[in-house]
Amino acid sequence: MLILISKRIGFMILTMLVVSVVLFLLLEYSPGSVATKVLGPYSSEEARQLWLERHGYFEPLWYRYGAWLGNFLVGDFGDSVRFRVPVSEVLWPRLWNTAILGFWTFAIMIPLSLILGVLAGMREGSRLDRIISVGSIITTSVPEFASTVLLSAIFVYGLKWLPGTSSMTSGFDFMQLILPVMVLIIYDFGYVARMTRASMAEVMTSHYIRTAILKGLPYRQVIMKHALRNALIAPFTVIMLQINWLLSGVIVVEFFFAYKGFGALLLEASLNQDLYVIEACAMVAVFVAVTSQTIADIGYTYLNPRIRFT
Amino acid sequence: MSNIVETVTPAPTTGAAFMRAIKSFALLRESVPGMIGAGLVLFWVIVAILAPLIAPFDPLAILQPMAKPGTDFAQGGTFWLGTDHLGRDILSRIIYGSQTVLFYAPLATLCAYTFGILMGLAAGYHLGWWDIILSRVSDIILSFPVLVLYIIIIATIGSSGINIIIAITFASAPGIMRIVRGLVLDLRNRDYVAAAQTRGESAMYIMLVEILPNARGPLIVDACLRLGYVIITIGVLGFLGLGLPPPDPDWGGMINETRKMAMFFPHMTVFPVIAISSLILGFNLLADGLREVSLRD
Repeated sequence: MLILISKRIGFMILTMLVVSVVLFLLLEYSPGSVATKVLGPYSSEEARQLWLERHGYFEPLWYRYGAWLGNFLVGDFGDSVRFRVPVSEVLWPRLWNTAILGFWTFAIMIPLSLILGVLAGMREGSRLDRIISVGSIITTSVPEFASTVLLSAIFVYGLKWLPGTSSMTSGFDFMQLILPVMVLIIYDFGYVARMTRASMAEVMTSHYIRTAILKGLPYRQVIMKHALRNALIAPFTVIMLQINWLLSGVIVVEFFFAYKGFGALLLEASLNQDLYVIEACAMVAVFVAVTSQTIADIGYTYLNPRIRFT
Repeated sequence: MSNIVETVTPAPTTGAAFMRAIKSFALLRESVPGMIGAGLVLFWVIVAILAPLIAPFDPLAILQPMAKPGTDFAQGGTFWLGTDHLGRDILSRIIYGSQTVLFYAPLATLCAYTFGILMGLAAGYHLGWWDIILSRVSDIILSFPVLVLYIIIIATIGSSGINIIIAITFASAPGIMRIVRGLVLDLRNRDYVAAAQTRGESAMYIMLVEILPNARGPLIVDACLRLGYVIITIGVLGFLGLGLPPPDPDWGGMINETRKMAMFFPHMTVFPVIAISSLILGFNLLADGLREVSLRD
């Protein structure tokens, strides 16, 4: 187990390193374009050369990468071109906002999708199963950008129940969080529910469940004590990997509702060629994704006794 | 259910392979969601092909701004779904938009599959260094959140039709590679592969002629699902302003251009939303139906 964990964490660090090299080469390979991006397209040639020299861009590539990575590790991401402040000052509050959004999404989505998935998988082929399965295909087929528009048409313009933007200009407002969270849940719960259903349906056909039913245990006890424990192993991995999808969904939702979060920051930065913000955001996104994958792997191994004891 | 007992796989002639393909699609009849999905996809394919014939107006022509659905145009014709903020007919734009989607999405998926299959075959058949390098590279690409990857690629190389295809290929090929690799690992120990090796066939021949055709079932199901995702991706990129440059009709872009007016003119955004969702739903249901049918026999 310890070997596995250290192996996974080692691989995670390796991935982050490779990603950092790729990002660095992709965005900073040619110093000329870096200077243009930072100083703007109307800067003079001398100013660009001066800037490049002052920021050490005439050093060899490997040296620049080393310096860049060193700064990154101590939390110095450079200055944002657009906001004229250090990137970290913009990044952390935005990340916190997205964490709030993600927390509420998961807090509601996980119980909902697990319950629906278990109910559907308990009696495969029943009417309830069909309704849940078809329903989850339909909700997963409506892309996030489409459901943002549809839901705000209904709740903002039609019923006038909820605010249409979530910029939180006058302090934190829970009402403004409802629509973004709703959109994310509607798109994501279907996949988790379907995976839970498949896992549950598979467990229900196994021999030990048949034995449990045949020896006369109450149906409720069969489900609660025997089926659930094994059926919920696979969904755990799916939920952890869902964080990766959530990061994508968050960009769309934050963009639409003008929520001041991490996804909107990344999009804004890439539309404005705000180099250092793109780099910092991308590294953070990959870090979150890789960490959740590692936890998923380790957790799956821990939860599944067949793997744990071999 | 009809019982097709196949003990000996017939020699792979083109005619027989074609008949088998028809037969397996005929099996789809037994899955109601699968049929609905196939119907939806077919509907949009026909709309895209017949676009010049059935579109009532030129999709780029500026006619009469902000007309409600069903308004009659002074110079003849009716705006069945209304017009957008610039006065272009929404029905015609949706009809022509289906051409855009059904051109770029399958093309991008095909590119991704070409690379993914070649990588997967190489990794799964040769193993060793091929496998280690290709698997690690795809692990790294797959560790990016998808949309973050798209945004970084598009921000670096700019947004155009070809660049969208490049970005989608780059981001999807690793996932396809994993699936193909898994299938190849299972198939490479079969007798017919050993027979081909003894005959002295080249590795390329064995991979493409002996292994690949036998891995097609799961790949077809995955392709349908992936087409749905690619359509979502193209739509999202259009929605975020990173997609195909205007004024070409593109469903995601249409939604983005008109979303701020959804309060007063919901028809401008609702109809493109219905169009894109129904096409994605079609592919998802089709994939589900195909999987159900393929699991049955």
